[in-house]
Amino acid sequence: MKEYILLFRHENVTGKVSPEQIQQWMKQQMEWVNSIAAKNKFVSGTGLLFDDAKVVDHKKLVTNGPFGDIKETLGGFIIVKATSANEAAEFAKGAPILQGEGNTVEVRQIVTH
Amino acid sequence: MNDSDIIPHLFKTEYSKMVSVLAKSFGLEYIETAEDIVSETFLLALDSWPYNGVPQNPAAWLYTVAKNKLKNHLSRGNTFNKIASAQLIHKDQFSEINIDFSDKNVSDSQLQMLFAVCHPSISTEAQICLALRILCGLGLNEIADAFLSNKETIHKRLQRAKEKLYSEKIKMEMPDDTQITQRLSTVLQTIYLLFNEGYYSESNNSIVRKEFCVEALNLGYLLLADPLTNNHATNALLSLMCFHASRLDARLSANGTIVLYDDQDRSLWDTAFIEKGFYYLQQSSKWEITSSYYIEASVAYWHTVDNSNPNKWPSILKLYDILLLTNNSPVVALNRVWAFSKVHGNVSAIEEAQKLDLRTNHFYFILLAALYKPTDVSKTIEYLTRALRFSKTETEKEMIRQQISKLNQ
Repeated sequence: MKEYILLFRHENVTGKVSPEQIQQWMKQQMEWVNSIAAKNKFVSGTGLLFDDAKVVDHKKLVTNGPFGDIKETLGGFIIVKATSANEAAEFAKGAPILQGEGNTVEVRQIVTH
Repeated sequence: MNDSDIIPHLFKTEYSKMVSVLAKSFGLEYIETAEDIVSETFLLALDSWPYNGVPQNPAAWLYTVAKNKLKNHLSRGNTFNKIASAQLIHKDQFSEINIDFSDKNVSDSQLQMLFAVCHPSISTEAQICLALRILCGLGLNEIADAFLSNKETIHKRLQRAKEKLYSEKIKMEMPDDTQITQRLSTVLQTIYLLFNEGYYSESNNSIVRKEFCVEALNLGYLLLADPLTNNHATNALLSLMCFHASRLDARLSANGTIVLYDDQDRSLWDTAFIEKGFYYLQQSSKWEITSSYYIEASVAYWHTVDNSNPNKWPSILKLYDILLLTNNSPVVALNRVWAFSKVHGNVSAIEEAQKLDLRTNHFYFILLAALYKPTDVSKTIEYLTRALRFSKTETEKEMIRQQISKLNQ
């Protein structure tokens, strides 16, 4: 069994979202992760904080945030077990963030040996 | 992997609690900082719980994270830092932030927030908006939806209301004994308006409508939980709202139009709410005083009684006679005539109605149409047509048009 990382790229979420909306997202994300875990194919995952994000360039210059001109940014990832990239992509299709237009999930194989 | 579900509305409930406690800790002038800290806390939960499972004690997790978020805010060195640091941090324990999330302080803070939000210097409209945002944890979209407005308008209204909180230097504290009755009456009035906003809302979104009613009830329960505010009027208002709430499902048809009382399917009445309404009515009668909430709740109680009960309409008429003495409004007067017709018949009720002569009030013409309906179809249609001219909302107009077309068949 191979391992794949599913990278979430979506718009930056700010604090102006209602508590009930956040809870709704939470519920959907949990259901999706649990559906993968139920098949024993979930390895790990996390969200990535926007606060105090830094970008370091080749001149070792440190700037705040990876955002710049790009609205879309890396918001988190999960790692799943799958026999092929296609199976991993099937898992990705269920990702709640894909309800947002312009959001994407990138599927990449992790080198395990 | 912990697969336990999140408590329904956990974030909405905790929003109100946490913002109230934080605002009490460092002052209402920093309410937006408090809101930011709480929102950031929820977003952090969103980045963690789906992968690590819901914590054993979700509220405690949120409180700990909120305290850490507060530390981050304090370390950023703005004006908030200078003022809040002095209040929150013990000098001998520099890193210890003193935020009290005990049950007692949470409910005290929410109650004080309710009194602050319903301060007489803030317009009623803004009071309702603030209460919905801060104390009910509703989003701009949800509030805008119920007011048939847009996000920007609601945002501006909230901003103005918050500026009022600062400029009037309103404090998070309970009014003293000399003011409590007066201030509580404003709070109750706002809660009742919030309830009516949901009950009579023109919004097509019936979920939002119900939510407002539920939130109004929740604010009422908050007042009942404190001996200082658990009094005759609070119980009477709770009773009134519960009786109304029992008919929430019955008064809306499948396509969102209003179903009048006489046409309602009684099996859709919520008996649990009726029982609660009756309980609070009894509670409020323990005080040997009366109030318009109490009389209105008593009317609402009689409306749950079957039409075959001979005491029903005479009792309702008597209550409207009393209510008219203190509240001589067109709505009360028209409702009284309706009760009058049930006791004395339509012919004498028509005479009573014509004494009112409310020539620009569409309810006046709807009432006259209803009184003529059993005997005179052409007069009924005439009055409905006049009602149509003065009715203000599309829902009402639609309801009247339907009645006219039925009569023309």
